Amino acid sequence: MMGWVLFAIVAWLVGLSINVWLARQKPSRWAALASPVVFGLTLIAVWEGVVRGFDINQVLLPAPSVIAARFATSLDILWVDFVQTVIKGALSGYIIGCGAAFLTALAIDRFPFLQRGLLPVGNFVAALPIIGMAPIMVMWFGFGWQSKAAIVVVMVFFPMLVNTVQGLQASDAMQRDLMRTYAAGYWRTLLKLRLPAAMPFVFNGLKIGTTLALIGAIVAEFFGSPVLGMGFRISTSVGQLALDLVWAEIVVAAIAGSAFYGIMALIEGRVTFWHPSQRN
Amino acid sequence: MNDSQSVISASNLDLTFQTNDGPVHALKDVNLEIHKGDFVSFIGPSGCGKTTFLRVMADLEQPTGGTVTINGVSPEEARKSRAYGYVFQAAGLYPWRTIGGNIRLPLEIMGIPRAEQAERVQRVLELVELSGFEKKFPWQLSGGMQQRASIARALSFDADILLMDEPFGALDEIVRDHLNEQLLKLWARTEKTIAFVTHSIPEAVYLSTKIVVMSPRPGRIADVIESPLPRERPLEIRETPEFLEIAHRVREGLRAGHGDD
Amino acid sequence: MRNIIPVLTVVGLLIVVWYGAAVALNAQWARDVAARADKTLTFSELVADTWSQDKPKLPAPHQVGAELWETTVMKKVTSKRSLVYHTWVTFSATFLGFVMGTALGTLLAVGIVFNRTMDMSVMPWVIASQTIPILAIAPMIIVVLNAVGLSGLLPKAIISMYLSFFPVVVGMVKGLRSPDQMQLDQMRTWSASGWQTFWKLRLPSSMPYFFTSLKVGVAASLVGAIVGEMPTGAVAGLGARLLAGSYYGQTVQIWSALLMAAALAAVMVGLIGLIQRLTLKRMGMA
Repeated sequence: MMGWVLFAIVAWLVGLSINVWLARQKPSRWAALASPVVFGLTLIAVWEGVVRGFDINQVLLPAPSVIAARFATSLDILWVDFVQTVIKGALSGYIIGCGAAFLTALAIDRFPFLQRGLLPVGNFVAALPIIGMAPIMVMWFGFGWQSKAAIVVVMVFFPMLVNTVQGLQASDAMQRDLMRTYAAGYWRTLLKLRLPAAMPFVFNGLKIGTTLALIGAIVAEFFGSPVLGMGFRISTSVGQLALDLVWAEIVVAAIAGSAFYGIMALIEGRVTFWHPSQRN
Repeated sequence: MNDSQSVISASNLDLTFQTNDGPVHALKDVNLEIHKGDFVSFIGPSGCGKTTFLRVMADLEQPTGGTVTINGVSPEEARKSRAYGYVFQAAGLYPWRTIGGNIRLPLEIMGIPRAEQAERVQRVLELVELSGFEKKFPWQLSGGMQQRASIARALSFDADILLMDEPFGALDEIVRDHLNEQLLKLWARTEKTIAFVTHSIPEAVYLSTKIVVMSPRPGRIADVIESPLPRERPLEIRETPEFLEIAHRVREGLRAGHGDD
Repeated sequence: MRNIIPVLTVVGLLIVVWYGAAVALNAQWARDVAARADKTLTFSELVADTWSQDKPKLPAPHQVGAELWETTVMKKVTSKRSLVYHTWVTFSATFLGFVMGTALGTLLAVGIVFNRTMDMSVMPWVIASQTIPILAIAPMIIVVLNAVGLSGLLPKAIISMYLSFFPVVVGMVKGLRSPDQMQLDQMRTWSASGWQTFWKLRLPSSMPYFFTSLKVGVAASLVGAIVGEMPTGAVAGLGARLLAGSYYGQTVQIWSALLMAAALAAVMVGLIGLIQRLTLKRMGMA
């Protein structure tokens, strides 16, 4: 058993030194990618070593190898759960919620009175435990994916609204004066100046929304779900103490979450290529 | 005295701002005629109203008394008919558009056809000596070059009047000299009427046919100097006795305005 | 302060919309009941009914208000039915987790800013910790911790801590690194030690960032505590009330628990905001 503990320590030291070496290199794209990969691999190796080395109860904390095995044998379940939670629940709610928030922001842009009232309320609502509305959504929309999508809509709406409103206010007075000297009307100014200038903020809201959407869809399923979905699988597996399946679902969630965020970040890079944060 | 027509005419112009600290009398009883082809500089200390006056001409501020006409019509009508180009203190180029794209911005808004847009962009880039920079982005250019692009943008739609608010204020002296020279050449080529706000006495004397000295609290005109210098001016003219005499007169005007405190 | 009237207007509008929505959503049930009794309802009867149903789809504001009154003021604080008791349970887990998370986050941030090794080795851990959706595995964490003997307050607090430490680390690292080069150079010309630079420049500069991340952290802590209350058979706390109400179809109970949670969040964030204003004002940074 000591062999495994030794393995864990060695793995950690090796991973650490590789990362320290990588950090000393000139910054480059592959170094930036390699670092978290090395870190992830080290983590997995240490985990494996510690669980086996200290003979930790595999029911409570399965080793990565066990999780990987369970993952491989459960691909069909994982896929079905993924479609239910991520595609049907999270994604549809995300699109509806962010879209509605964006349009609302445009609508209230013409009424500074509403804005002044809405921004504090919006900031306040964004701090509330929206997830608590999950049982209500289940009551209104049933057990299916629609109630999960509804929760996601509520969760992403306010951060997206607040960010978009901020973004629309981002163009400075001088820029707006310039538009005035061109006798450009409200819509022209919106399209050519204020919307492009708002994009960094809009994408901030969109990225925040990706994490909220996934968490929201999964946790909403704790409150009631048909016999599928990631949240459902996690809560029932916990009940059966099949924690390896729980971790397998988590792996899917982590990958889905990172991929979703990554895609948004990629689009952000192309749309807001001009922003100082993208140029450094 | 030239008898060309009056392009900008201000009569008893008055502007009082209501601020949190009480009313600010930014412009008091301003009377001025600017004729076609003039290069008029406005110079004075902070708070003398020079930028405010420019903004009133541009319909970016509303006067609280008196009148001002541009080409015989109100500033609002002049703005709507795109009678002038405005250059701000900062270049204010959109970072998400190339230099060419930035110059095209007013042209797109004014509905000028695309083929003509391309031709105009080339023409004004050549005027400010930035040919070939069309596809670059603003952050790839130096401060001086960005400001030149901003001027090109103001020229692109062929307005007869150019309103410039301390356009070279943020640049170093050597670049500033170069841009002053270029601006004069441009003015000679295009024969526009230019109203130019500045802090710098040598710049005002070098560039203008008429210098308006203003003083603060309340903002008013202290002196109007018609420049006897010839329209063709190399940079060396700044060391001639005639130049220094005008500069001296400007300085006296500024001091007198200050002495009223 | 000039925002008071617009905010009140928006809130007022929301309440009006709420009453209207209650009519819309509860009307079907009211009509069904009336149809079975072979009655047709006038509009005012319909409205009155939709605002006083037992298990409405959307309780009217006054119904929720009445339930809140019943379960807070009218019950003894020690009773298991008291909403005050449940709120206290959730609050204690939230507060403990929040304090632990803030302490952990601040210590990590200080270490990351001052020690390059920590920066390179700890920062990846911090970022990776957020790719695991901890809320999604809250049930598992509670069960596992129960199995090793930790139950009750502590497991929930650990979930809350996990959720609140990240915004604090990110915010504090940004804040501690916010002084510009000119100010740091000035410290060098005075031969200030790292410690002195920390106390006199970096820490004060980080205060705005600190309070902003505290607000985010406390809201995250609350969510963690509520979700953490669900797995253990839903016994105590606002999350438990939410779940129980959902199981037994007690809509008014769900709404009152939700409103209490919202009020709790508002009070905590508001308190931090107050401390923020007072502190920053004394530091001239308001």
